[in-house]
Amino acid sequence: MCLAIPAQVKSVGELNMAEVDIMGVTRHVSLDLVPDAVVGDHVLVHAGFAIQVVDEQFARETMELIEQIEFIDSAEG
Amino acid sequence: MDLDVFRDPALARRLIDRITATATRPMTLMEVCGTHTVAIAKNGLRDVLPDSVRLLSGPGCPVCVTSNADIDTAIEFARQPGVTVATFGDMMKVPGSRSSLSREKADGHDVRVIYSPLDALALAEREPERHIVFIGVGFETTAPLIAAAIKRAHAAGLGNFSVFSAHKTVPAALGALVNDPEVAVEGLILPGHVSAIIGLAPYRFLAEEYRVPSVITGFEPVDVLQGVWMLVSQLAEGRAAVEIGYTRSVPEEGNPTARAMIEEVFEPADAEWRGIGVIPSTGLAIREEYATFDALLRVPVSPEPPVEIAGCQCGEVLRGVVLPYECRLFGTACVPEHPVGPCMVSSEGSCAAYYRYTDYGTA
Ligand code: SF4
Repeated sequence: MCLAIPAQVKSVGELNMAEVDIMGVTRHVSLDLVPDAVVGDHVLVHAGFAIQVVDEQFARETMELIEQIEFIDSAEG
Repeated sequence: MDLDVFRDPALARRLIDRITATATRPMTLMEVCGTHTVAIAKNGLRDVLPDSVRLLSGPGCPVCVTSNADIDTAIEFARQPGVTVATFGDMMKVPGSRSSLSREKADGHDVRVIYSPLDALALAEREPERHIVFIGVGFETTAPLIAAAIKRAHAAGLGNFSVFSAHKTVPAALGALVNDPEVAVEGLILPGHVSAIIGLAPYRFLAEEYRVPSVITGFEPVDVLQGVWMLVSQLAEGRAAVEIGYTRSVPEEGNPTARAMIEEVFEPADAEWRGIGVIPSTGLAIREEYATFDALLRVPVSPEPPVEIAGCQCGEVLRGVVLPYECRLFGTACVPEHPVGPCMVSSEGSCAAYYRYTDYGTA
């Protein structure tokens, strides 16, 4: 039940409602909980509300970190 | 954003090798969150981890930990004349002491499944002659949006909408769990989306007081394996810290706007958890300022005393003391089509996840 799906903000309308794209499907969600989200941002959507902005920079850093693990390994071995 | 990389088998393999090399002694971890339980079962992650790493499932399915007393109360709302119960779908089939919401609906009571609390508000606007009671079940991921819905109802002057708040908050329940001598868990895979709201600080006591390594983890296979790797590393190094693996969605401070929303509408209250019992201050009661939206005050009901479901070990399953397939009813009397207990009903229940995605269901 705590499932939240990534979506991208397409436009922001009245009453803090936004149009978002979830894997090609347009939905209307509330931005009440992420007032700083802007068009183009990736957000996590849970039960009709965006609950967090997803940070692409951190997504990339996580990947690099995991890739480095192996780098250290092969350097050792 | 491209999330495929978090499903990359090559990256997963690297992590598995690393985990295998690091976990040189048996290590028992618990995934707290039902969404993790499903992700782990669906992707067969238990099978690819080395034998030294044991993953138990925990109390993180909000529907499953809802007490029979609360389910009975929700059912009682549905029986009141003029009342429409609006609920997330997961709650429909959950058996209370004597009935379920879906049985009440079949009996002609007005119960509607909705996707968002905003749908419940729209329902209240569309049908002013009915009183809409929304069944608020969920953790910190869900509570802020119910709070936001109550604030929206308040701003719109909506008089025929109220919420039965059966919400629960997670961190103190984890304290109760790791403190339980029957529960032998050495590390916690912390829920990603609860943490997206509450951040890292509320979990610090787990490492500081109880010395239990804890990692906030995402839901793709690579995320889960990364979380496991971070935990086995801490255990191998003899460290205990609370760390974030799921950095793309969980800033250290969580979501302060959402937390302020919870604070404004709710106040802490004691809550009864199935299998664990009453844990002080892990419930959320509606504050006096918003009392007109409190279903318990608007539509007083008095359900009969709750009775436990005979033979169901859901309570022990939720504490990781009994594995789903160790329950005598698992896969025989209790299957998803006719579930005996809530752990088999909810799509995120441990019994349902084991039944659907592992061969224990057929073994
Ligand atoms: S298998 Fe069914 S009866 Fe057994 S613990 Fe799970 S939900 Fe309860």
